[in-house]
Amino acid sequence: MVASRQEIWNALGEVADPEIPVVSLVDMGIIRDVSLNGKEVIVTMTPTFSGCPALKVMEEDIISRLSRLGIDQVEVEITLNPPWTSDWITPAARDKIKQIGLAPPKIHQGDFVSVLIDPVQCAYCDSDNTTMKNSFGPTPCRMIYYCNSCQQPFEQFKPI
Amino acid sequence: MDEKIKPLLANYLIAIGDDELILGHRDSEWCGHAPILEEDIAFANISLDEIGHARLWFELAASLLGEDPKTFPDQLAFYRDWDKFRSIQMAALPKGDWAFTMLRQFFFDSFENLRLEGLAESAYPPIAQAAAKIRNEEVYHLRHTAAWVPRLGLGTQESGRRMQTALEALWPFALQLGVPLAGESELAAQGLVPAADALRHKWLEIMGNAMQEAGLAIPEIGVPAVVDRSVQSEDLRQLLLEMQEVPRQHPREVRW
Repeated sequence: MVASRQEIWNALGEVADPEIPVVSLVDMGIIRDVSLNGKEVIVTMTPTFSGCPALKVMEEDIISRLSRLGIDQVEVEITLNPPWTSDWITPAARDKIKQIGLAPPKIHQGDFVSVLIDPVQCAYCDSDNTTMKNSFGPTPCRMIYYCNSCQQPFEQFKPI
Repeated sequence: MDEKIKPLLANYLIAIGDDELILGHRDSEWCGHAPILEEDIAFANISLDEIGHARLWFELAASLLGEDPKTFPDQLAFYRDWDKFRSIQMAALPKGDWAFTMLRQFFFDSFENLRLEGLAESAYPPIAQAAAKIRNEEVYHLRHTAAWVPRLGLGTQESGRRMQTALEALWPFALQLGVPLAGESELAAQGLVPAADALRHKWLEIMGNAMQEAGLAIPEIGVPAVVDRSVQSEDLRQLLLEMQEVPRQHPREVRW
């Protein structure tokens, strides 16, 4: 019995982002499409950042999760079109990443450069009185801030 | 696409991918050694991005040449001899001091930004799509290096002195960025890639302003130290000896 597309989407919704395990690959907008070709399932995904070292892990996690649905022919295809944007992170996922001290990226509607000068709210106390310390962070998709109000360093997911 | 154009375009992509791979590898040498923790993190990220971009260009070259995009990037990076690389010599120069590293990255990022702008309009959609993706990421590189260059140039007497020394050493090599790549005029005529001449003029103008704002004087050298990308340096040979050592010694055991 072949799983339906909906069942496959639901299963992929349980595949955690390897670097931010509180959210799934579906929450992040990384999974772009699921299609069935006979017994084969084709999952199309897009990298958040092209040098992301977690890509291979994501591919393996997708294959492993779908095998639990009895699907053993999985092709993971990578697309760059359209390029991933942080606007695709779902509202629920934004709340979840904030809870682990990672400020969600501002919605920019295609022009992320314009929001880079906006103040970033502290992930802990919501203060706008924050300073960007580094436009790079522990993973390609994060940058480092300091909150002058609660005096805590925190990270922001990069708007892109 | 014309069958005769495919290898030309693939070689172009391999050359620009080589620039990213070699510069990315040099940048990675700062990991654990940068002057401050923030910069250690920044350069490790920049290095990772550049190597990721090299992979994207190599994958596109693979599909043009009928090679497997999953294995071809590793073939090019780890099993190609040093004299077959087509990177500019600037990318392989030893990492030098922090001023040298920052200025080299700035020269490269600012030229790359212009080239990506052109490639994003390529008549070959896979190139346009990759360029659009890479360009977004490069915004962060250029913001970073463009902020550091005047900071170091105008910082202290010592940082300014080091920047001027770095500029004099780098400039003849940086000029190779503006030399047209092999087959480029044919590719540009078909709208596949931007023409280097226009990029070079724009880049020289931007660099002139940027160096002036950073209190630095560009040496009066108009010709690149090296023109032909098939002429490679001992620096590159040494870099590859290290980078390729493990996969070449254990070709079947290595899994990335």
